[in-house]
Amino acid sequence: MRSYLVSRVLGMVPTLAVISVIIFTVIQLPEGDIVSSTLDRLQAQGVDVTEEYVQNLRAQYNLDKPLVLQYFYWAGNFLTGDMGYSYLFSRPVNELVWERLGYTLSITVSALFFTWIVALPIGIYSAVRQYSIGDYVMTSIALVGLATPPFLLALIFMHIGFEWFGVSTGGLFSPEFEDAAWSWARFADLLAHLWLPMIIVGMGSAAFTMRILRANLLDELNKPYVVTARAKGVPPAKLVLKYPVRIAINPFISNIGLMLPGLVSGEALVSLVMGLPTIGPLLLQSLLNQDMFLAGSLLMWLAILTVVGILLSDLLLAWVDPRIRFE
Amino acid sequence: MDAVLSIRDLAVEFKTDTGLTRALVDVGFDVPRGEVTAIVGESGSGKSVTANCIMRLIQPPGRIVAGTIEFAPERALSSEGQAPRAPRLRAPPFDIVSLPNRDPRLQELHGGLISMVFQEPMTALSPVYTVGNQVAEAILCHRDVSRRQAWRESAEMLERVGLDDIERRMRMYPFEFSGGMRQRVVIAMALVCHPEVLICDEPTTALDVTIQAEILTLIKDLQRDLGNSVIFITHDLGVVAQIADQVVVMYQGRVLEIGTVRQVLKDPVHPYTRGLLAAIPGLAPKGQPLATIGSVVGDADIETPHPLRRLADGRQVSMPQDSRG
Amino acid sequence: MSEVALPSGAGVAAGVTDRETAAAISPRRLMWLRFRRHRLALASGAFLLVLYVLAAFCEFVAPYGTTTRNDDAINAPPMGVHFFDAEGRFHLRPFVYAYRMEVNPDTWMREYAEDTGTRHPIRFFARGEPYEMWNLFPMDRHLFTTDAGTYIHLFGTDPLGRDMFSRVLYGGRISLSIGIVGVVLTIVLGILLGGIAGYLGGLADRVVNKAIEVLQCLPSLPLWMALSAALPVHWSPLLVYFGITIILSLFGWTALARQVRGRFLALREEEFVMAARLIGADTPRVIRKHMLPSFSSHIIATATLAVPAMILGETALSFLGIGLRPPVVSWGVLMFQAQNPLVIELTPWQMFPGLFVVLTVMAFNLLGDGLRDAADPYSTGGMK
Ligand SMILES: Nc1ncnc2c1ncn2[C@@H]1O[C@H](COP(=O)(O)OP(=O)(O)O)[C@@H](O)[C@H]1O
Ligand SMILES: [Mg+2]
Repeated sequence: MRSYLVSRVLGMVPTLAVISVIIFTVIQLPEGDIVSSTLDRLQAQGVDVTEEYVQNLRAQYNLDKPLVLQYFYWAGNFLTGDMGYSYLFSRPVNELVWERLGYTLSITVSALFFTWIVALPIGIYSAVRQYSIGDYVMTSIALVGLATPPFLLALIFMHIGFEWFGVSTGGLFSPEFEDAAWSWARFADLLAHLWLPMIIVGMGSAAFTMRILRANLLDELNKPYVVTARAKGVPPAKLVLKYPVRIAINPFISNIGLMLPGLVSGEALVSLVMGLPTIGPLLLQSLLNQDMFLAGSLLMWLAILTVVGILLSDLLLAWVDPRIRFE
Repeated sequence: MDAVLSIRDLAVEFKTDTGLTRALVDVGFDVPRGEVTAIVGESGSGKSVTANCIMRLIQPPGRIVAGTIEFAPERALSSEGQAPRAPRLRAPPFDIVSLPNRDPRLQELHGGLISMVFQEPMTALSPVYTVGNQVAEAILCHRDVSRRQAWRESAEMLERVGLDDIERRMRMYPFEFSGGMRQRVVIAMALVCHPEVLICDEPTTALDVTIQAEILTLIKDLQRDLGNSVIFITHDLGVVAQIADQVVVMYQGRVLEIGTVRQVLKDPVHPYTRGLLAAIPGLAPKGQPLATIGSVVGDADIETPHPLRRLADGRQVSMPQDSRG
Repeated sequence: MSEVALPSGAGVAAGVTDRETAAAISPRRLMWLRFRRHRLALASGAFLLVLYVLAAFCEFVAPYGTTTRNDDAINAPPMGVHFFDAEGRFHLRPFVYAYRMEVNPDTWMREYAEDTGTRHPIRFFARGEPYEMWNLFPMDRHLFTTDAGTYIHLFGTDPLGRDMFSRVLYGGRISLSIGIVGVVLTIVLGILLGGIAGYLGGLADRVVNKAIEVLQCLPSLPLWMALSAALPVHWSPLLVYFGITIILSLFGWTALARQVRGRFLALREEEFVMAARLIGADTPRVIRKHMLPSFSSHIIATATLAVPAMILGETALSFLGIGLRPPVVSWGVLMFQAQNPLVIELTPWQMFPGLFVVLTVMAFNLLGDGLRDAADPYSTGGMK
């Protein structure tokens, strides 16, 4: 188990390195760079810019160096925790990211739990009672859930919240807590606002998980080991949960990680619609304004989030499935 | 004869996309108490379906459409108000087929009074639980004992089926075992509650020849020690000769011949049984070329069903009246 | 022979059914037979077919162009099609009523109601707004329209008085075709890379595998966002269209490549491939003639299931305003106007594009499920 853990953690390093190269390339793609957009801005304000000033600026951002070197500066700084400076917000990227990463993480992780809490019992029920009315209802709902874009879902839920419950559902805090210091009351307020984005973000993956779990379970239900267990007198409910379900959920445990990219994507989209202070809207702003240091760091953090998530889910799988441990 | 199971007029149908399949047609035979009954027949003849009927494991699209399986256990069922394993207290016989699906007696039957060993030892155990866990579970499902006690009894049974280094092995996972070892585990799991009937559905087909022999000996020895009845399903007449007391020959969902192992193997009556025997190297008369079933059956019509008829020597055969007097 | 009473049921040999002999049916026909059993998949296929035909001929089907404005109908609700007028008289030719506009004295908003005094009969295949079919043929006949100077708005109008029905159709052309073009790109990438990995093995396999692993770790939407933000602003709509499509397929090929790779690995060991190689067939020939046909049905099923991701991707990007941009009309672009939940409350008909996205994606999922079942009856769509 320990060697497995070590090899998995070490395997993360090249993955993250490749990802950082991809992200660096992506943020280099747009025409122009931070200096040219700064100059545009200054010129628009009527400031005269000297050639020397431009040179200094380029040097300050290492833009006078070859691209490969620029990458190493960028990556090196990122590793030491210096993510550069956002000219859009005139603040270090660090501050901007930390604030929002926590919210992104809470929504994503709670959506993951929501996915499981909803999909597991429904998936099991649908498989065990295949072709029952309940199964038809559930599979139909899942079909619609899978087909509805998260932003549409967000709009509909906000509408329902407004229309039926008279609550404005945007944001993560009530106005009185928006800028308050952390306290239990503020935390409770956060939780009260968190559940809706959680459901919206988790809906798609819950539908997906339920459908696949149902299919996996149907595959397992008549496997010989289940028949053997039935033949030795295991009571029906225990039989299903202990034997086929246990095997059918394995692929999900390994795919919790792979579900994260989708959840992170959905979270970004939903946050934009609902105006949540997470990484998604910040990323959109930074992209639209070519604030590439900010955009690069945000992309990198989202990638780290998912890679670590995938690692954790792999370890979890090794823990619950002895076959992996013994490989 | 004292029969632990009496099967009468059993009929099973499978409704599939391609049509209705009659898997069993009017199957009937007795399983004598404390003996080994072999069911032989080619693949698809309905042997497994018969076994699954006794275990009530027939699942849709299959359905038992007619017949009874009368079970006369020595022990009473606890759900009938008597303590389990009350010694030598003959319980009233009951019909397994007519038990409702959710009857608690069904669960008690499974593994408690009738156990089953399947063909595929490689897939018969869940890969995510230890061997000890899965064997002990059989005890915990049927008796109100502590986990420790269940574990201890499992260890005893595993030792009896020939495992060594028991404590370590019980903490291992099935995929760390060889096929033969796994089949031993499955047998231990089936016998750990001392059932009255053990059904073995081709338990050695998937194993190497040498392991096959060991497992056969094991089943026979255990049967002698524990005194349970055995239904042994196989398509191999050599195995029948080794293990069986009574033989049931099946073909296309019907019973063709029932008799003692001597009667059936030495002096078969039904043309199909003769053909079966003639096609077996060790059992065919010496000095003759091996026959195919077809060549021995010849013109005899084995497709037309006839009701079973009892002959003077006690055996039963599915043939027209005048074919053997 | 003495007479013998036959047991009931005699004549039907047990264990024998009246099934067709499987050998006589070609694999393609067998797949079709299995597919036909999935009623929902069949219906979904028909629905998609209709949708694609409508989108292909949207200039003809839509009564108006994407920019035609009806200044007398701003944010007007959908019109109902009637056969009976207010007096209960039946008209063989269906008609719509004109709008009657009132300003709500409380909210100062325009509100529209049916003016049951003014009927506009619907004319089929009649002359209407001129257009160029596929940018090639100048025409002016429409599937249906009303007389000149009057309007028909089956899905209502948007804030600029443009006909939603027409815009949804034109948007469908873009969104639906992105799904197909994107998936074709995906298939090419997936088969190429998966095939290389699976057939060559060794280093190529490791490289492709690592690429798949890395790409699957990346949250797609943020990267799509970054990439589409990088598309130059001066690009023509057509270039942006292809740019977005390529971006979408850049991340979509991994699932298919994995599948193709697995199949190739398994097939490499199959006897018929071995035999073909032994008689001297070269590698491309072996792949083309012997390996691809044996899993083309799976590819079709997987590709069908991949279309929704493309459509949803385009919709999301355009909804955020960084995908396709007006004047191009796609379902996503149309949704961009509906970013505010108030829209659902006040002008719910602006959500029609969303409804079409949902229906299309559902139909593709159902169709794909049916195809997969038909291609591989043993699969239940589970995940290993
Ligand atoms: N699950 C099933 N679905 C459809 N038909 C079945 C099923 N199980 C058994 N059958 C039918 O019952 C017949 C007998 O099967 P079985 O008892 O398994 O044969 P065997 O004697 O080899 O054990 C088969 O030929 C088949 O037609
Ligand atoms: Mg069998």
